Amino acid sequence: MPLAAAHLIRIMAITMLDDFLIRAALAGIGLALATGPLGSFVVWRRMAYFGDATSHAAILGVALALALHLPIGVGTLIVALAMAGTVSTLAAKGWAMDTTLGVLAHSALAFGLVAISYVPSVRADLSSYLFGDILAVSRADLAFIWGGAGLVLALLIWRWQRLLTATLSEDLAHASGINPSVERLALTIALALVVAVALKIVGALLIAAMLIIPAAAARALSRTPESMATIAAFLGAQACLGGLALSLWQDTPAGPSIITVAAIIFAASAIFGRAAQR
Amino acid sequence: MSLISAQHISVSFGAASVLSDVTLSIEQGEIVTLIGPNGSGKSTLLRALLGIVPLASGQVQRAPDLRLGYVPQKLAIDRAMPITVRRFLSLPQTVPDKEARAALARVGLGAMEGAQMAQLSGGQMQRAMLARALLTDPQILVLDEPTQGLDQQGEAAFYRLIEELRLETGAAVLMVSHDLHVVMAASDRVICLNGHICCQGAPQVVLSAPEYRALFGLGTQGALALYQHAHDHVHDGGPAPAGPVSAGPVSSGPIKDAFGRSPSDPHYGHNHA
Repeated sequence: MPLAAAHLIRIMAITMLDDFLIRAALAGIGLALATGPLGSFVVWRRMAYFGDATSHAAILGVALALALHLPIGVGTLIVALAMAGTVSTLAAKGWAMDTTLGVLAHSALAFGLVAISYVPSVRADLSSYLFGDILAVSRADLAFIWGGAGLVLALLIWRWQRLLTATLSEDLAHASGINPSVERLALTIALALVVAVALKIVGALLIAAMLIIPAAAARALSRTPESMATIAAFLGAQACLGGLALSLWQDTPAGPSIITVAAIIFAASAIFGRAAQR
Repeated sequence: MSLISAQHISVSFGAASVLSDVTLSIEQGEIVTLIGPNGSGKSTLLRALLGIVPLASGQVQRAPDLRLGYVPQKLAIDRAMPITVRRFLSLPQTVPDKEARAALARVGLGAMEGAQMAQLSGGQMQRAMLARALLTDPQILVLDEPTQGLDQQGEAAFYRLIEELRLETGAAVLMVSHDLHVVMAASDRVICLNGHICCQGAPQVVLSAPEYRALFGLGTQGALALYQHAHDHVHDGGPAPAGPVSAGPVSSGPIKDAFGRSPSDPHYGHNHA
């Protein structure tokens, strides 16, 4: 999406580098750096619904944070970790994951929405938790987003070879002295962190989309896991910038606009990537 | 010491017992083949030796810092993951290009460095996994039905390659096969498995063992062999001297009657320590 990026740069110049816009762009890029590689693992390991369950639980986290007067990020992180841990445990015990995840994802969302309705001050603000509010990102938010994204990225890079081996085959991992459950736990923690980070940007309903769509778009353009993770991060950043631009021009909500651009990038990649393979 | 040894290991999946009281050891440089019918626990035994499946009882010991190259039965690479053969070789340990190329050339995949793993044929995939296993400079190669899905020629070529590699590297080989005849030439020792070790020894010895015939329905003594196999193995006491193929020092009657082998026979027999 260089076109959208160019437009964005022009808009930035016109608006004399409005502070809130720069913060929004930086927030989006920070998120994309983490969701690119993590989203690739979500795609490789077929964890899409897992991402849904964890991100939908974020709404419950918001309710918890408001009830206990905790920072939103902390409440979200706690509940997302609990949900991701629950799902991992059930999966390890051999539950039918398709059904279990479906139940958990939707229940988490419903419980969260019910719980949050008890907090009148948030009711008017609910859509910002569901769809994100990237244009309202503060300096403190930005520090939280980059801190969290940096942590996720560091975790993934540190364990990269082990994570890849365990993803390829748990048996091969075992035989190489790698414990697949430890790697699964690392991904679970990374996922919970990303959910806490992404809530402010794209909202609980669209976090999973930010994980999956850029990675899926990168697949057709990649030959190695590393190139897919890198391209996914790049396309995710483009989607954020393009979505911001779209939101500014058309006065559309920023979170859904980002995912809209991501989906268009995916469609283009699917068409041209497939044509290139023929 | 042995590269890998298992003492009286049992494995259960839920209530179902898959392996019971298996004792074996793999020595340096030998080629050992596990055979047995479907569901006899061959793969489970390999996976137990590798520490992939938990033991219900018994224990597995490996030589300290054992370098082990594992080639699983199959590797299902999801098309969602882009990965070249070259990249695959560097998991989890990064290997230099030169060594990677040499390993690929050795297994006959010299031109496939840049190919996508998901697009390899069954035989190519086995060779790629073998190349990866070789790159760890293994003391033992563990192969789980490595020729599944290959035609007879491919199968023969693969076993020749394994034998050559053993000569070149001195690595021991432990593999699973469904058919004794194809691996006969390549094996030093064959272990016939059916939930427990039925018999073991040199390939020719196992081939004529009643337990083997009972399991695979070969030979003319089918009915007799079946009867012999139906006895419940009772093995106790100390290390067995070289004895009849199938029986430990204490065993029910008919085996010795049917099989009057001399103690100097070259097979290993049960070794229940």
